[in-house]
Amino acid sequence: MPGVDITHGGILYLESISVSFDGFKALNDLSLVVDAGELRCIIGPNGAGKTTLMDVVTGKTRPDSGRAFFGQTIDLTRLSEPEIADRGIGRKFQKPTVFEQHTVFENIELAKKTDKRVWPTWHAKLDSKARDQILAILDTIHLSSQAGRLAGLLSHGQKQWLEIGMLLAQEPLLLLLDEPVAGMTDEETLRSAELFVSLAGDYTLIVVEHDMDFVAKIAQRVTVLHEGRVLADGSMQHVQQDEAVIEVFLGR
Amino acid sequence: MASEFIRARAPAHAISALPIAARWWSGSAWGWMGVAALTLFVLVPAGNLLVPQGHMLHVSDYTVTLAGKILCYAIVALAMDLIWGYTGILSLGHGLFFALGGYAMGMYLMRSIGRDGVSGSDLPDFMVFLDWKAYPWYWSFTDQFWYAALLVVLVPGVLAFVFGYFAFRSRIKGVYFSIITQALTYAFMLLFFRNDTGFGGNNGFTDFKRILGFPIAAPETRVALFMLTGAALGGFLLLGRAIVSSKLGRVLTAIRDAETRVMFSGYNPVYFKLFIWTLSAIICGIAGALYVPQVGIINPSEMSPANSIEIAIWTAVGGRGTLIGPIFGAVAVNLGKSWFTVALPEYWLYVLGLLFIVVTLYLPRGLAGPLSRKTS
Repeated sequence: MPGVDITHGGILYLESISVSFDGFKALNDLSLVVDAGELRCIIGPNGAGKTTLMDVVTGKTRPDSGRAFFGQTIDLTRLSEPEIADRGIGRKFQKPTVFEQHTVFENIELAKKTDKRVWPTWHAKLDSKARDQILAILDTIHLSSQAGRLAGLLSHGQKQWLEIGMLLAQEPLLLLLDEPVAGMTDEETLRSAELFVSLAGDYTLIVVEHDMDFVAKIAQRVTVLHEGRVLADGSMQHVQQDEAVIEVFLGR
Repeated sequence: MASEFIRARAPAHAISALPIAARWWSGSAWGWMGVAALTLFVLVPAGNLLVPQGHMLHVSDYTVTLAGKILCYAIVALAMDLIWGYTGILSLGHGLFFALGGYAMGMYLMRSIGRDGVSGSDLPDFMVFLDWKAYPWYWSFTDQFWYAALLVVLVPGVLAFVFGYFAFRSRIKGVYFSIITQALTYAFMLLFFRNDTGFGGNNGFTDFKRILGFPIAAPETRVALFMLTGAALGGFLLLGRAIVSSKLGRVLTAIRDAETRVMFSGYNPVYFKLFIWTLSAIICGIAGALYVPQVGIINPSEMSPANSIEIAIWTAVGGRGTLIGPIFGAVAVNLGKSWFTVALPEYWLYVLGLLFIVVTLYLPRGLAGPLSRKTS
């Protein structure tokens, strides 16, 4: 499996992507480049195309036109969802999606990067190194004490974290996080902000979020989407002062 | 591995939350296996062959056959559980795989009749009545037991693989998948009802004389088939346990509970579903092959949609997602059926329907639900 070529600095390239559903243009000639190691926030009103953008990157939706590349060489429009996940793109859903009938430990174990074909999976054994890695991830997401509990019994915020932990276990290069702090307490939100900021650099993060305070807290660079295309792009201050953004999104 | 680790490390309250499947095998489960093995291989054979007729402990030929038949159903329920209980895919066509395995074995048994049929011909009676002069090509080699045994595995296996590949690749799920499997078994039933298909039309295959040279109705043969069925059930139970207690089993239940997350975790659900679906079909085919020599008949009514629905009921009554539950479910429902269809035949379907409703409403985890709560 070829690695991801980030020699030109960019890890995700979207060029002139268009997607329409029954005549509704969810994405309209959208172009976007994300650099390796960045923590990028994407904001925009409902229907701006944020989730569709994630669908295109993770292979769930095929664009009608345009190109989507992971690094210089990997054409995302030609790969299936599991293949894209395997190449190193992890995705967290808006609604936390974990394996509720499995323990917290098993959730991370299942997500962990390894040979994920049927036969190797049947005969997989967890060695002590892998076990330690899982424990380290549980520590990072503050769920060590919950290792043996069923994931379905966790609180909403804990499930959000567990899902983030599962992404980390996949050892991705790029993390797509769809409203990762929705339903979290203030305390949990604060810890999440710290976590994401600490992950940036080693990983590339794209965070879609409605919570503007949270975005202001973590964002290095903000992209504003509107009606399926990029409306503005830059630092939080820059974006907040942009006339077009004020008009359509901040509603002032 | 992981669960042992958690037991050692996690606080006591966490252990009680371990999945049911893990607990079924702790301690007493092996004791139950021992009791079952003793009944299968010692008590029933001795009671039938050694204890004289009329004695209190005598086990009649009828009972041996009934028990063997129910064990075949239990194998089917176990196969159904792997695909429905663990992977969340409800098949309403498993009767088809069972019947195909049965027909493959039936072809061999028909060839073994030789010239002892009513017509005295080399051909089976139904072909003589159709005025056929030779076996059709697809009956070639079916006089060889090894070849018939191969067909028992391959025919249901290949059909399930091909059907499953297209269904799973097209992401057909839930009730749509169930309806298509129901239509599939119905279509095959209509096909097998036709005399021209070459499988005896609506009469199917019957009047078998011998299997591997042994007279098929002899008590010794029946007991041997019964024990073989019991051994097969035990073997498939161990295979099922090896699957559900492995990481593969955890991926399967993960597909049941959150398939998109499985996909975005880098597993391709198509191949996992295809594996367990094909395996489940093959197990059903083997159960059908064990069923036919014991019951002495196979006909297209085995492919009727109602039969496949009954399989789902056994599994639901016993308890989806536990290995032992569906086996008990198949035994309990079929014992009930045997009793009711003799004592109160016109009420059986009502009782079956009522049972299904009561279990769905009050015992969503089947009979195994309250049992496993007691042991925890």
